[in-house]
Amino acid sequence: MLEVRHVSKSFRGLRAVHAASFEVPEGSINGLIGPNGAGKTTIFNVIAGVYAPDAGEIVFEKKRIDGLRPDQVCAAGIGRTFQLVKPFAGLTVLDNVMVGAFLRERTAAGARVLSNSILKKLDLDAKAALPASSLTLPDRKRLEVARALATRPRLLLLDEVMAGLRPTECDQMVEVFRDLNRREGLTILLIEHVMRAVMALARHIGVLHHGEVIARGTPEQVVRDPAVLECYLGEETPV
Amino acid sequence: MGLLAILLIALPAAVGPYALSVATLILYFAYTGQAWNVMMGFAGQLSLGHSLYVGVGAYTAGALFFHYGIGPWAGLWLAMLLCVAFGLVIGFLAFRFGISGVYFALLTIAFAEFTRIGFDHLDWLGGPGGMFLKVAQRDTWDVLNFRGPPLMYYYSMLFLTALAFLICTLLLKSRAGYYWQAIRENEEAAQALGINTFRWKMLAVAISAAMTAVSGVFFAFYYNNLFPHEIFSMNRSIELILGPVIGGIGTLFGPIFGAAVLTLLSDGITEALAALGWEIPGIKQVFYGLVLLIVVMFLPHGIWPAVAKKLKIHA
Amino acid sequence: MSFDLVANVVIAGVLTGLVYGLMALGLSVIFGVVRVVNFAHGEMMTIAMYGATMLFAAFQLDPFLAMLPVAAAFFVFGYVMQAGLINPFITRPEHSQFMLLVAVAIVMVNAMLMIFGPDARNVQLDYQLESFEIGKILLDKARLYAAAAAIVAAAALFLFFRFSLTGKAIRACADNYLGAKVVGLNVKKYYALTFGLGSACVAVAGCAMALLVDVTPALGPYYTLLAFVIVIVGGLGSMTGALLGGVLIGMSEALAGLFITPSAKSMFSFGLLILVLLLRPQGLLGRRS
Repeated sequence: MLEVRHVSKSFRGLRAVHAASFEVPEGSINGLIGPNGAGKTTIFNVIAGVYAPDAGEIVFEKKRIDGLRPDQVCAAGIGRTFQLVKPFAGLTVLDNVMVGAFLRERTAAGARVLSNSILKKLDLDAKAALPASSLTLPDRKRLEVARALATRPRLLLLDEVMAGLRPTECDQMVEVFRDLNRREGLTILLIEHVMRAVMALARHIGVLHHGEVIARGTPEQVVRDPAVLECYLGEETPV
Repeated sequence: MGLLAILLIALPAAVGPYALSVATLILYFAYTGQAWNVMMGFAGQLSLGHSLYVGVGAYTAGALFFHYGIGPWAGLWLAMLLCVAFGLVIGFLAFRFGISGVYFALLTIAFAEFTRIGFDHLDWLGGPGGMFLKVAQRDTWDVLNFRGPPLMYYYSMLFLTALAFLICTLLLKSRAGYYWQAIRENEEAAQALGINTFRWKMLAVAISAAMTAVSGVFFAFYYNNLFPHEIFSMNRSIELILGPVIGGIGTLFGPIFGAAVLTLLSDGITEALAALGWEIPGIKQVFYGLVLLIVVMFLPHGIWPAVAKKLKIHA
Repeated sequence: MSFDLVANVVIAGVLTGLVYGLMALGLSVIFGVVRVVNFAHGEMMTIAMYGATMLFAAFQLDPFLAMLPVAAAFFVFGYVMQAGLINPFITRPEHSQFMLLVAVAIVMVNAMLMIFGPDARNVQLDYQLESFEIGKILLDKARLYAAAAAIVAAAALFLFFRFSLTGKAIRACADNYLGAKVVGLNVKKYYALTFGLGSACVAVAGCAMALLVDVTPALGPYYTLLAFVIVIVGGLGSMTGALLGGVLIGMSEALAGLFITPSAKSMFSFGLLILVLLLRPQGLLGRRS
């Protein structure tokens, strides 16, 4: 569904991503892991259209999307969340999601119906009328996901959505994603540090280090890969 | 809301001519404040050069009438068109080059000032000496040429303000309203949700400019004299925004409420001072400044939201 | 249009521009550190000019001598304004800060109107009518002295920021608010200090300007815009940029006054501002933030 081909991106001489290539098959949940500064968010930003790659291509559903604006990428069917959540603080929870819903629904009524159903799915329906600024961090993360889901993406990019969540909250989120993937066939690509979530969710994992993909495979394969062990997981493998 | 409408419609029967002119002025500021609010309150773009649109609107309609005898209803369309053009130019330059916030405000000021000085040198439009439209104080309502007793002006302004309120309400609850607020709150997140922020910001600017143009046309035919240094001045720009800022940026009723409070208070103060024998130029503006200062310091969201909460209205 | 005429006009423009530059320097310092858009800057300049004219009227005090007390007074005023009024606003949204200073500016301009009336005031000293002659070039004494004062003040400020401990501390606060706090700097105090210094700059510039131009309250908004044009053209946060921008604007105003009409001279400045904002928003010497 999504192909990243030899993508490179530098910032003022600093090579953030170098010749990275990987694939995201349709209907799967894929992980992208690596130490801090490995270039994971940069790749996300390139896919999402925030940056144009210096080299390489991004192909989504057989069409090239590299160089498109973020809003065009979203319209093409890729939704994303941000590492540092960006709620519309002055709006209510429902209104936040409605902003997303308006991409596919042209009327306010239609947008509201879609938004309410998504809020229910993410267990936020009780808080629909609250201002977004009043939410706790886990709820804000859920709101971020809900908002992205309202644009009816076929591929969802999740940027460290588990960060800061307690184990139980993390498990809840994992369930939500598993559900979305199973029931609606939503393809997911997630950047994560929280191994608990990655191992539970991802069928394929790519490992980035210093901007390059150093390993690809199933969780079991990656966890045993010597290159990965050397740079990232260390001697012990917490699974 | 219905009560307010009845009150406003019946007002002229109950008050004298001076109060009527004050009421007309309040409505003028309420209307123009709402127009400005679309750009700032909804889409978050701070324009401090809005007098540009009032001026261009006024001069367009005024010049057409002055030189060609073309009535205000026709002049209105050209005025709106020109103002939208100006707005789009400013918007395009600003948004394409990524100018926002304070820099955007400065850009709008620069354009207004640039135009002011420009008009000062356009003799065809009267130059610094001003343009004077033929005044015909008729007792009959000549709607076609927009001439008539003060009553006509009052009701026209009332109609405009009500229309603006309706338009803003509809806009706010529509896809446009949501998208603008999203852009205002967090432009990056808005883009990630599929919003072409450039296009929507331009739309806000265009609508705001068009609405303000109408203000200008009204101004031309109500006051009948236009001076560049007066109509394009920074003072005017600030005057326009006082209503929304004090009333509440981004709310529907805020600009109207703010305009009312400000005009009534300032008039009250001027009257009180005159009674005391203190008629000093500049005292009204000092008052404006102080009120603005206090509101900005202690009521950052404006007076209306606090009042609305007490009255349990949601606008 | 002889070369001498043009040369004289340009030189006069450059000298006046240096005084403009000092005024803009104050703004640049304030914005560069405190990140507050001082919309009342021109009004402060005008108040300083009134101060100089008042002191002259009362004590026959030469504006150059008036610089010291006026600058001191302005330093205190600036400090107090930042500490009392603006510091609480640092965390508020940009347009809120802006409106605060817009309000202050409105109060200032109209207070001046109330107190001094709309008529022009000025200072009258003998040397305002004298000039140095270098060949065909005439250098107005008053203008030359004013420019010299501006350069001295600017140099003093520059040295302060470069070499003094307080100056370095202020620069630290400008570079990294959080980092400065972490190492124990009382950032709010330094902000107040900076605003005080910026205000003192304006005071010196105002006293100098009083020798060159008549004061009216309407100068307030005009100088505010001019200061912003200069700072943006020269580069926000760059001290030399402010002076350079001032000189450029001074020159362009003088030339525009000569070749077009005097009343159109600020049109040039605004045109320049628009161009710079679009093509090189960091200004000629500024850094991209």
